[in-house]
Amino acid sequence: MVGIVLVSHSRKIAEGTLELISQMIGESAKIEIAAGTSDGRLGTDAFMIEKKIRQVFDDDGVLVLVDLGSAVMSAEMAIEDLEDSLRAKTKILDAPFVEGAIVATMEASFGKSLEEVMDEVEKAMKIKKLN
Amino acid sequence: MSFDTIKLINMLENLSEEICENKEYLTELDSAIGDADHGINMTKGFKAVRSKLPTLKDKDCGNILKTVGMTLVSTVGGASGPLYGTAFMRAGKAVGAKDKLELKDLPLILDAALIGIKDRGKAEKGEKTIVDTLEPAVEALKEFDIEVQTEVALTKALSAAKQGMEYTKTIIAKKGRASYLGERSIGHQDPGATSCFIMLEVIIGELFKEF
Repeated sequence: MVGIVLVSHSRKIAEGTLELISQMIGESAKIEIAAGTSDGRLGTDAFMIEKKIRQVFDDDGVLVLVDLGSAVMSAEMAIEDLEDSLRAKTKILDAPFVEGAIVATMEASFGKSLEEVMDEVEKAMKIKKLN
Repeated sequence: MSFDTIKLINMLENLSEEICENKEYLTELDSAIGDADHGINMTKGFKAVRSKLPTLKDKDCGNILKTVGMTLVSTVGGASGPLYGTAFMRAGKAVGAKDKLELKDLPLILDAALIGIKDRGKAEKGEKTIVDTLEPAVEALKEFDIEVQTEVALTKALSAAKQGMEYTKTIIAKKGRASYLGERSIGHQDPGATSCFIMLEVIIGELFKEF
């Protein structure tokens, strides 16, 4: 199953998003959080992200959700540090954090491939909230 | 004369102390155009570096610099973590397993750090970032044979860095949170360019004492 890593500056944002996801799809997803600093401040940590990617990684690959600013830079750094075989199957999703995380985790839990999950997320991003 | 690991650790100790002492100033600069955490984040990172330095006494220069970088990555929190972290890690890689540094290593170290920061942040000169301080310093160093014209090379590098830092007041931010402000970022000096200058001032100051 495609693994998901939620990278946010705020541990609360990541935990809240995870709570929403769990409510919708139960415990079937393979998902980890890398959010906030180890001493509880707002921030991101490339080595923590790398560790979490490794935790959820299997042959199906990993998708990383990021919030803003240094989350992207830290996630890029984490992915660069991976061995070639892991790096090739680890992607950052260019999507809003909460919506992207929900769609990605749901599609991943259906057993879809990395490319299929990415396509579904891209499609879902075109859905309007207001009609 | 060369610069051994004890002197390198001592320099990094002074550099960390100087960053911590400028916590309020860096935060004040960042509160004008960013998220007001640069001083806090940098202080967290360099306090962690300080506590790690005494354990690095029997390591080589490359290893010491690399450990400083890794410590920053895992403790800073903001964008300066991966940026300065990459800079120190690349500097360590450029130095390799040497037990002593020579003056001619300085341009190599700073160039490796600069390339690391530019790669990581996808930044170029003129975007109101660390690069605006570091790149002029590296360019100035390259104009001289540092072993022969030590004093002039170090002086020019530091003044180029200072000019670059001050130049960030006049330009629009293109990176990070400050870029949301557009033209309103003009008139404010970039916090990253400033912390970079503080570090260069310590590094070059120490070298002046040594060589």
